[in-house]
Amino acid sequence: MQAVEKKLSKQHTTQEKVIGFLYKYGAIGLLAIIILYFSSISSAFFSYGNFTDILRSISIVTLLALGVTFTLVVDGFDLSVGSTMSLSTVFTASLMVWYDLPLWLVLLLPLVIGVLVGLFNSFLIVIIGIPDLLATLSMMYIVAGLHRTYTEGYSIYNYMPLTSGGTASGEMSSAFLWIGQGHLLGLPVPVWIMLAVVSVAYVVLQHTRWGRVFYMTGGNPEAATLSGVNVKKVKTIAYIVSGTLASMAGILFTARVGSGQIDAGAPLLMEAVAAVFVGYAVLGAGRPNVLGTFFGAAVIGILLNGLTIQNLPYYAFDIIKGGVLVAALAVTYVYAKRRFAKT
Amino acid sequence: MGGQLLEMQAITKGFGPVKALDGAAFTLERGEIHALLGVNGAGKSTLIKVLSGVYPQDAGSIWLDGTELALNSPKAAKKNGIYCVYQEVDTALIADLSVAENILLDSFAAAGPLFVSKRKIRSRAREVLSRLQSEHIDVEQKVSQLSLADKQLVLIARALVHSAKIIIFDEPTAPLSVHEADKLFSVIRSLSAQGVGCIFISHRLPEVFELCSRITVMRDGRHVAGFLTAQAEQQEVVEAMLGRALSRELQHVEHAVRDTLLTVENLSDTRKLKEISFTAASGEVVGIVGLVGAGKSELAKALFGAAEQVSGKISLGGQPLRLKHSADAIKSGIALIPEERRKEGLFVHESLEANASFPNLRKFSGRLFMNKVEEQRFAHLIIDKLKVKTSDTTTPLTHLSGGNQQKVAIGKWMSLDSRLYLFDEPTKGVDIGAKVDIFHLIRELAESGKSCLYFTSEIQEALGISDRILVMCDGRIVKELTREQATQERILLYASGGEEAV
Repeated sequence: MQAVEKKLSKQHTTQEKVIGFLYKYGAIGLLAIIILYFSSISSAFFSYGNFTDILRSISIVTLLALGVTFTLVVDGFDLSVGSTMSLSTVFTASLMVWYDLPLWLVLLLPLVIGVLVGLFNSFLIVIIGIPDLLATLSMMYIVAGLHRTYTEGYSIYNYMPLTSGGTASGEMSSAFLWIGQGHLLGLPVPVWIMLAVVSVAYVVLQHTRWGRVFYMTGGNPEAATLSGVNVKKVKTIAYIVSGTLASMAGILFTARVGSGQIDAGAPLLMEAVAAVFVGYAVLGAGRPNVLGTFFGAAVIGILLNGLTIQNLPYYAFDIIKGGVLVAALAVTYVYAKRRFAKT
Repeated sequence: MGGQLLEMQAITKGFGPVKALDGAAFTLERGEIHALLGVNGAGKSTLIKVLSGVYPQDAGSIWLDGTELALNSPKAAKKNGIYCVYQEVDTALIADLSVAENILLDSFAAAGPLFVSKRKIRSRAREVLSRLQSEHIDVEQKVSQLSLADKQLVLIARALVHSAKIIIFDEPTAPLSVHEADKLFSVIRSLSAQGVGCIFISHRLPEVFELCSRITVMRDGRHVAGFLTAQAEQQEVVEAMLGRALSRELQHVEHAVRDTLLTVENLSDTRKLKEISFTAASGEVVGIVGLVGAGKSELAKALFGAAEQVSGKISLGGQPLRLKHSADAIKSGIALIPEERRKEGLFVHESLEANASFPNLRKFSGRLFMNKVEEQRFAHLIIDKLKVKTSDTTTPLTHLSGGNQQKVAIGKWMSLDSRLYLFDEPTKGVDIGAKVDIFHLIRELAESGKSCLYFTSEIQEALGISDRILVMCDGRIVKELTREQATQERILLYASGGEEAV
């Protein structure tokens, strides 16, 4: 009887070890397999040019995903980042095309909008007490509606005809377009911006006092309160960071495309969320983390890039994105269930 | 009344090496109200859980109406007419359903017709409630809108629907007001008149004497004494609960008590605390003793700025405090070791290091960046000083035992050099070895001039560690006892709302 139990427990531990190993290195292994596969079937894939392309293509979604990461760290969830980015996109474009404002204001005012969205989110969550997911879901619709109303449903481009008659006076300056289209030291400017934001976010969350407060607040808000943390304030800051990063993504998108596309952010929301949850599984972190999020965005970017080279039609991309999200969630929750069952 | 209804013989139940029940026995007659008493850990709850089918017994037998029962599930117990009204009524009720639906829940949850006639359910529910003289409850109302006392009545009604033979009341009066409790007693009396056997568990002696005809006292998992209430004295029941020849576990060392540090005047909140005033000096351990629900945790939280709507004055070292948030209390030099360690005291999925440094992060960071070397050094300091049994400061705390977790919950305040320590049930769920370590630590803190408040419902612990004892009952401090005056009997008497005959 005892021998049987012993055997069972031994089996159990080897099984657990395999799962633990997969959890820790599975995501990295998967990425390696994807890269190897695409490299083997296409010579165009494994090249410096293509990799900088991939990095540039993920730069915007990475900014969004980092915002979501911050809110998830404090045990929230910001679903409004996509809409906030859309709003910021058309707002940025309008500042130049409609109002001819100087560059510094064009870069600053959209960020203010992001801060305001973050403040309003946290007002709903912290003061009124609506659950994070529902509050930001509502905000997602409100902000999306705002940005369409603002442009009366049109995208914004240079010298566009105005509904009030005549044409818009301004145009996008080349300095502004350089932010989205230029190169610096062999890499596209958006890639530099992404790397800078990733580094700052990484250092803040992993190595500073603030990062510690963020994680602890998310881990156990009651204990954090009894340790002297103002949980409401911390959550508010997380949503402001999220709104601001979404606005940055919007500015970047406008500069990249050269016009204020309507609904630019909406399709990127789920991609950003998927990136964050893939990040949970990187090196067994088991929680939202900056490097994981970056890695997750890269996995999705590489997958889409490879499939584009394979001529997969773009309208099938959502299947891939959704599939990646499901896989990441499955791994995270299966592992969490096992871990909590033990304790 | 009417002969033997239930007999439990030589019931034994172990959890690992610990024997919660060791040959326990209990009998109940038809229509009797029988009190089951004992201090915390005496085995009352385990016995009740065996009877209601939650735990199967390891040995022993249960007889109902002369037939032996095998109660291997709560369902089996209910089938035999054994029902339990737990203290946490909300876990047994479905808040969003109506009173009538809750009362008849079992009958349509299990089997029966597919379509349920609401009219029939309502009239059946009304009928049962009228047997409880509780017609005032509207059967169409949602249960979530009822008062706690009425929720209990719904649970009792549910038992009656199934012609319960035995109803167990597990500390039903703890959350009730005096008036509500009186109402409940008259319901219990009418149940007994209808022939239902009632088992009544309570920490409050006066109500036991008022309501019950017999008393069974348990200690260390055994039946130790039985009384007919009419012929028993409160004092002798208390002595039976405690066991006469109990010695003090901890040797007390006299030491100098210094100046008054904490002064509390007329502290009240809107829910529990009523006009609490006391003082505590540097170098002193003050035991604040009360039964479950007496308001100890509420008081601890209020002193830590973690409660709402508190009025009254608190001053520390002569300085009046305005505690709006725990952060204010921490800044003033107050530390709280909360009762719900895993929920309120610790971040169990984080490492020992991260937990230890958290209340005082500034000390472990330069301007901004965490100094992980310093953090680790402090973690090791706690491990050494508090004898935490772990080799690794980076694994999550879930892997540590309760006692070791508690040591971390205490140790994390050591980087702050607090002046006043509030310990709320610090030995709950802690093994005896760690307990002794914690006691020594508290005494050391006191000897180094700190002031310690020790909130507990374990009278013996309070006696062992305190210089002075304040007894709480129903949100008030009802008695202050010096070390010399304090005995278990006196404390228990005051804590259960009793008075000494002078």
